[in-house]
Parts: sequence; structure tokens; C-alpha cells
Amino acid sequence: MSIRLDGVGLTHANGYQALQQIDLSIVSGERVAIIGPSGAGKTSLLRLLGTGLMPSAGQLQLLGEQPATLRGRALRRLRARIGLIHQSPPLPPRQRVVTAVLAGRLGQWSLLRALVSLCYPLDAAGARAALEPLDLEDKLFTRCDQLSGGQLQRVGIARVLYQQADLLLADEPVSAMDPVLAEHTLGLLSQLAERRKLTLVASLHAVDLALRHFPRVIGLRDGRVLFDLPAAEVSQTHLAQLYVNDSLTGHTPPLPSAESAQAEQAPRRCT
Amino acid sequence: MHLSRAKADPRDPAALPRLLLTVLAIVLLWPGLVLTEFKPATLVESRNLDVFARFLAGFWPPDLSSDFLRLLGRATLETLAMATAGLALALLLAVPLSLLCSRALSVSALLTGRPAWLADMLRYPARLLLILLRSIPEIVWALLFVRAVGLGPTAGVLAIAITYSGMLGKVYAEIYESVDQRPARALLQAGSSRLAAFCYGILPTAAQELTSYTLYRWECAVRASVIMGFVGAGGLGQMIDLSIRMFAGGEVVTILLTFLLLVLAADQLSSLLRRRLA
Repeated sequence: MSIRLDGVGLTHANGYQALQQIDLSIVSGERVAIIGPSGAGKTSLLRLLGTGLMPSAGQLQLLGEQPATLRGRALRRLRARIGLIHQSPPLPPRQRVVTAVLAGRLGQWSLLRALVSLCYPLDAAGARAALEPLDLEDKLFTRCDQLSGGQLQRVGIARVLYQQADLLLADEPVSAMDPVLAEHTLGLLSQLAERRKLTLVASLHAVDLALRHFPRVIGLRDGRVLFDLPAAEVSQTHLAQLYVNDSLTGHTPPLPSAESAQAEQAPRRCT
Repeated sequence: MHLSRAKADPRDPAALPRLLLTVLAIVLLWPGLVLTEFKPATLVESRNLDVFARFLAGFWPPDLSSDFLRLLGRATLETLAMATAGLALALLLAVPLSLLCSRALSVSALLTGRPAWLADMLRYPARLLLILLRSIPEIVWALLFVRAVGLGPTAGVLAIAITYSGMLGKVYAEIYESVDQRPARALLQAGSSRLAAFCYGILPTAAQELTSYTLYRWECAVRASVIMGFVGAGGLGQMIDLSIRMFAGGEVVTILLTFLLLVLAADQLSSLLRRRLA
């Protein structure tokens, strides 16, 4: 069992209830897409699975551990087994691709090894092997700011592959790409996960992409699971229910904490 | 009438605060000028101009005799060594302290978006130490150390090391916090240790600014070591002190030209490194 949620709820610090009563289990090797309107709690759920947030109610089990009970080194060890693919890959623009990929294993390396590898890449072959399935092995020594957005996202995926994570989480991995590139990248990610028997959970805006590339689809609405079905069984009725009145609702949900954490950075600097 | 006009053309809501701040700044600055008896007119009074002219007339021509140049070369090296050694020692203290007191590497911020208050409390002593280190001017430290370790550059090195570690540590910590935090956070999220996340996530982005600030501080350290020469810490400062006392204007001007060259060199080095790291 890779992931198990029992009655999990999540209330943000500002009182906003992002998730309520989520029961979910995902076995290892499964590929699951999470869809739903904006503010449904997709990002919150993924951050929960990535130990970026702790549940405020219920029980969360990740890779056989309970993150809420872990501290310090044990939590770090668990985090090293979870690979996160971000919406915009957080890579320093001046860093070279090889270093950015090798950074995936910082959770496993000793500090000495990390520092030496910063000066001279110790496992360039490993980084090349991670980049190869993504058609980027010729960019090994290119700087990240010389890559296109799509290439950067693939570097982000290569880093997670190099990390040898047991669980891959992807938060809107292709929302910043044009449709063709999105299709290609998501297909690649899904294929790689299937071939390496990795558990993959991805949140997606585009329903068609989710249905095409993922065997299992979870519909999230207002912080609750609306449906949890094999992709083939997701019908138009389900989707209509999921997105009902989406364009008409006047209320704007509060920002998920990821953005608000970023946003509160700015004013602090000004003061 | 007035209301409808306001509706059609809303005033910039930031205009009033800006105006008030400007007025406040002027109100605060004015007593400063009064207190320092700042009267630009005294500069152009004929009597003072005369003094200037006589003082400056003695400055020409620069003294370029080989004996003096040999002494000057030695003093320049001493000054450079004092600044460099002082800065190197300062870095030993500044880097760990800046890492300790920067909020950029907070692991608890991963979960809640802001560092835990307990960790913030622990960061405070490091911040306090940095304040303590830089609050006492280097010249005071130099006077103290000249008494403790005797005349010579050692006193200058120690004085620079102490004051500059405070300045460097403070600004370094702020630079870490000012760059994009997402790379380091992503690494921490993937189980990396803080120091590794710093090296892989923050350093690449901050390197340019860190280098440029460090070189600027080195330039300042050169100037500071000159000033500390006046209190007996050796180097160019001691030399210029002697030359002024002996009314040897030519020597003074040669030494000043040396300063100019040193600062120019530091500036060139800084822009070269910035370009390399860009």
C-alpha cells in the first residue's frame, strides 16, 4: 500500500477548509489523476501527500509511515522517497542541468558528497541516464536558463527519476505548456512511471489528458471526493457534476498555501 | 459635482502617503543640518579659500623618488594584506552566523509557510551577535587592539575581522532571503539537509550578489585599514599620517593616487567577477 487516507481533513491557518473527510487508498504502482475545478483542493491534497502539509483531522499513511508522527531525520528520510514535480520547475537559472538533476539525491547523500559534487559532478553518468528517456542527454552541461519551459519541466522530471523516489507527485505538471507539448510530456511521465512501476499521482486541469494517460481518475470538488473511478468509467454526467456551475460561482476560494507562502515573502522583504 | 469628478478620475491612493513621507523626511533631515552647523557659504569665504589654496599648492608635484616609492610599495602591500586577512577572518565568522540567522533555510516554514516562533527565537541570538559585532566602529577596536597586541597590522586585521563579520553576516543573511526561495524549498521538501539545500538551491542564484558585496566590503576594508593606520596599525595610513605631519604634500598626493588605483582595481575586479558569474 503506497498511500492511505482515512477521514482526512485539512483546515488552513486562515480557517479555510480545504479538504474534508477524504478516504482514499492508492496501491503501489498505480497511476492516478486528480481533476476538479479550481479551489477544489487538488493542490492541498498533493501537498498533503508530499508532506508539505499535515492533516488537521484523520489519518494519513504514506509508504508505510505516518508523516504526522515523524520528526527530523525520519521525516527527511520519508521525504527523500517522495518525488515532487512542480508546476514551474524550481531550478536556479544559473545552475547547470547536471547539477540540477544530481540535486535529486541530496536527501540520500552525505553533506560531504553533496559539496564535492557541487564542484565536480560525481555521478554525471547517472544524471545522463536520467535525462536519456526525456531526450535531454545532450543538454547535460547546459545552464538551466538556456532551456525552454518544456525542457525545464523535463529536467524537473529527470531529477525526480534520479531521486529514485517510490512515489511521484505532480502538481499541474503541464499547465504551463501548449497542448502538443503537454500531451507529449504527460505521456512520457505516465509511460516512465508505468515502466518503472512507480506510483504516480498528478493533479490536472485538462480532463482529456487525465482520461487519456491515467488508468484511474479521482474527481475532487469542494474538498471532497466526488468520484473515484477507472478512466473508462468516467462519464459525461460525472464530469458535468464535477464542473457544475463552475463558471457561474461568484465566490473565489482563498489561495492555496503554496502561493500564499510565496506571497507573504514579498511584503516581509519591504519592511 | 465634486463626487462625480472623483469617480471619473480616481486619485492615486498612494499619493497622499508618499507626500506625507516626503514631508516627514524633510522635517527629520532639517534638524540634522542645523545640528551639524552645515553652512556651505563658509566653503567659499575668501579666507578659507586661501587656506585651501596654500594647502593644495604644497601637493604638487607628487613625490616619485625611488626611496619613497619603495616605502610606499611596502606600505601598500601591508594595507592590502591587512584588508584581505581581516576580511578572510571576518568570513569565517560571518558565513556560519548568516546561515544561522537567515530565515531562508527554515524547515518548519515548509509546513506552515512561516518559520516556527521557537526557531525564530533561536535565530535572534545570532542576529544579536551580528549587531554587537558591527555596532562598535573598527577604529575603536583598533585602538583597543593596538594597546593589547602592540603597534602594527595585527591590530588592524583583528579590528576589521570583528566589525566586518557583523556587516557581512547581516547582509549575507538578507541576500539569502531575497533570492527565489522555491529551489531550496523544493530540495528541503525532497529530504535534503539544510546546508545542501542552501548550496544547491540558494547559492547559485545569490552568488553574483554575494561576490559583488564581498568585493565592495574588501574595498571598504582597504579604506578602513588606511584609517586605522592613523592610530598605529601600520600600512598606508601610518604613512599618510607621517607625511601630513611633516607637511610633505608631494608624498600625500602620491599616497592618495595609490588609493585611487587600489579602489579602481577593486572596482574592475568586481565587475569582472560579476560578468563571469552572470
